[in-house]
Amino acid sequence: MHIPIETFRLGNGLTVVLSEDHTAPIVAVNLWYHVGSANERPGRTGFAHLFEHMLFQGSANVGSNEHFELIQRAGGTLNGSTWLDRTNYYETVPSNQLETALWLEADRMGYLLPAMTQQKLDTQRDVVQNERRWSMDNQPYGTWWERLPALCFPPGHPFHHSLIGSMADLDAASLDDIAQFFSTYYTPDNAVLSIAGDFDAATARQMVDRHFGPIQRGAARPSLPDMSVSPTFGGPRREVVADDVMLPRLFVASRSPVFGSDDYYAASVCGAILGLKKGSRLFRTLVREHEVAAEVSSFTYDLTKGSDLLVIDVMARPETSPENLETQVHQQLDLVVSEGVTENEVERAIALIETDLVVTLQSAGDRADRLSLFATYFARPELINVQTEKYRQVSVADVNAFIDERLIPSNRASLLYVPRSAAAIRSSDELVLEGAR
Amino acid sequence: MTDRSRPRPGPPREYRFPHFTRHVLSNGVRVVAAPVTKLPLVTVMILVDASATTETAGQYGVAALTARLLLEGAGDLSGAALADRFERLGAIIEAHANWDVTAISLTVMRSRLREALALVRTLVREPTFPTRELERAKHERLAELLQQLAEPRTLADDRFTDAVYRSDARYARPEEGDPASVRAITHDTVRAFHASTYAPAGTTLIFAGDISEHDAFELAANMFTDWSSPPAIRPANAPDAARTGRIVRVVAKADAPQSEVRVGHRGPPRTVSDYFEATVMNAVLGGLFSSRINMNLREVHGYTYGASSAFEWRRGAGPFVIHSAVKSEVTGDAIREILLEVDRIRDVAIGAEELSLATSYLDGVFPIRYETTSAIAAALANMTVYGLSDDYYDTYRAHVRGVTAEGVLRAARTHLRPEHLQIVVVGDPAVVASPLETVTGLPVDITRPDEAALPL
Repeated sequence: MHIPIETFRLGNGLTVVLSEDHTAPIVAVNLWYHVGSANERPGRTGFAHLFEHMLFQGSANVGSNEHFELIQRAGGTLNGSTWLDRTNYYETVPSNQLETALWLEADRMGYLLPAMTQQKLDTQRDVVQNERRWSMDNQPYGTWWERLPALCFPPGHPFHHSLIGSMADLDAASLDDIAQFFSTYYTPDNAVLSIAGDFDAATARQMVDRHFGPIQRGAARPSLPDMSVSPTFGGPRREVVADDVMLPRLFVASRSPVFGSDDYYAASVCGAILGLKKGSRLFRTLVREHEVAAEVSSFTYDLTKGSDLLVIDVMARPETSPENLETQVHQQLDLVVSEGVTENEVERAIALIETDLVVTLQSAGDRADRLSLFATYFARPELINVQTEKYRQVSVADVNAFIDERLIPSNRASLLYVPRSAAAIRSSDELVLEGAR
Repeated sequence: MTDRSRPRPGPPREYRFPHFTRHVLSNGVRVVAAPVTKLPLVTVMILVDASATTETAGQYGVAALTARLLLEGAGDLSGAALADRFERLGAIIEAHANWDVTAISLTVMRSRLREALALVRTLVREPTFPTRELERAKHERLAELLQQLAEPRTLADDRFTDAVYRSDARYARPEEGDPASVRAITHDTVRAFHASTYAPAGTTLIFAGDISEHDAFELAANMFTDWSSPPAIRPANAPDAARTGRIVRVVAKADAPQSEVRVGHRGPPRTVSDYFEATVMNAVLGGLFSSRINMNLREVHGYTYGASSAFEWRRGAGPFVIHSAVKSEVTGDAIREILLEVDRIRDVAIGAEELSLATSYLDGVFPIRYETTSAIAAALANMTVYGLSDDYYDTYRAHVRGVTAEGVLRAARTHLRPEHLQIVVVGDPAVVASPLETVTGLPVDITRPDEAALPL
């Protein structure tokens, strides 16, 4: 798998990545700003994400919500998302509409502030507070989004605080904050623009020059504080949360090598061995053999600064007590530490990851997003073409070295959700099958 | 300042939905092949005429369980061995039954297709349904049902469905079965269901991706021609009888910070003659981000993170539903705005700008929907399941462009029936019950989640 890549930089510092593919008349535009919740100042948790909402509220030449309307009228799809250390905005449009997408992105990068009003901010604050209620406060287990990073990074560390933000901090956000955040972080020299799909590179380059070229470079940005943390927790961590849930659920997070490092790939393969699909170690043992869990999965945060996290997520069956769930999961992890993994397990994990890498490349939007990712973090978009190779190089010894160093009990943070109400316990008795353990 | 005038798009480049060819094996298995050579990937989807609506009363959930158990033992392979074999090939395999069909879907690198498809052949034709795996699958379904009691979103969906359909209609019960029906399913039930529904005559193989038509047909023939079993029996039943009378129901969740809201009624079946008008109407009402309901509830009032509407298309008359999650204090106001929007789109024809937004979106986004082999296979599956004509995707965009404001108004008046709208809210009754009564002028029925979900 090799996709063509052309990279250049405008005078104002904007990095541009182009990747042509003419199989369908579709083009994806994808912008990454190298700013996320990690850049928020104290008392303003959730601001990076609230700001993302404001970017859909119009700019000098675009009306409120017109960004959405123009792209949908053009036959395109669009959205944005905020993460710990980046924010992205993206559109996929019919290829003849490329310039509309670029014009819209340039207008809000260059000329956002004239369109900002107190009323728009108040409305989006309400919308975001409702997003918080929907995704977290009124959702079983929803608080894991903010509890797990808080458990894994020390107070004051940029990854410690909530990405969606507290209601009080969201209330405190002002138009001055908007202006300051915009002029600090939403500058061409802090952004990557990727275009993937059906376009002509020379024409696209002219469009990019025309629309983004006049935008002013930013001033010096405040650098993030020292993000480094020790490679392991140095002792087990544990938090128990009584919640409005019916079944116990356990997250186990380990500090792991940052995304992009050579060691990352062994960690990623280890995660797949433990929890990716039904042939994984934890599915086989906890779901299939011991029948204590209903679901198992694993993932990495893919953080590039300080430390990444490898997370195991296990949902109990109704008859499994929280204590038993926790014991069994840790026993399985202990077994992996003492016995290591097999050649067969590594091959299975890499085969699945390889298919996934190719499946992802089918969509122009995903291609553009991956290009922006590698360009933003490493200034090397061409890394998209070596991912399969990087995974293929991972050996049993690499995975076992990772396990010996990072999957040990002293590098596990357990976040355990337990049902709060007596009603849950009563109902769960009724739902247990006759003859069950 | 530089010239910031809006760019004008050039003419669109032509796009055609991938060309496909049909073939029928000697035993009646139908094959559809759509070669797409972008990346070395192939998706094979096997459709079997076995679904929630082909179940017998008392066995609800058997179609879903049967599909799920295909992967848990077949031929001389255990579930664990099957998973290992597929996954070492890097193959993504899934098997699900929904209201209309069972779909077994395989996505794999071209070089490993033959080996992976041989495994699929075994699990479709020779599943063993091990008792232990059946019991585990039942437990997991019961765990899911239990979870739902604490999960406002799925609880609202479930209670809404119950409010729309008559209690003896299949659509009133969960697609994957309720606690009583799931408990009652045995090894024999599953085996009998498989034997009576998985048959060549009701099966279609769809290939999409990096494979020629010739190779696809040959592979299909190699693996499925020697398959014979009695013709599938499809019980005639009416899964979609609607409840009569209005329901305004609050499913109690004390201190809920937000209300999960569902408003709707029985909608038309997928084969309805004005499908395109109904689709465009829904896009304007609540299908798009820029739709009336989302703009009203989210961008004007800030009541919610999002509000939308949808026809759930099925062979039978699936539901039409408006959904949102709103701050508890504004639940009554949000419902009032939703009801006003339903009235408004039935009262006056939509404007030219609204019409062109919806039609140009649906027209323009068409090629973006079929970027992946699995999306192309799913589109061909729709064609098969709903009996759409072979030129359906080639004429789709012209049909969309042909929709008029008058057609949309007719569709709104035909398919939206304010006097039948059922309202279900999962939220705090202390906060929402009284405003709901005021807004609807109807008595509010307050239930508890466990009363609603557990059989008496």
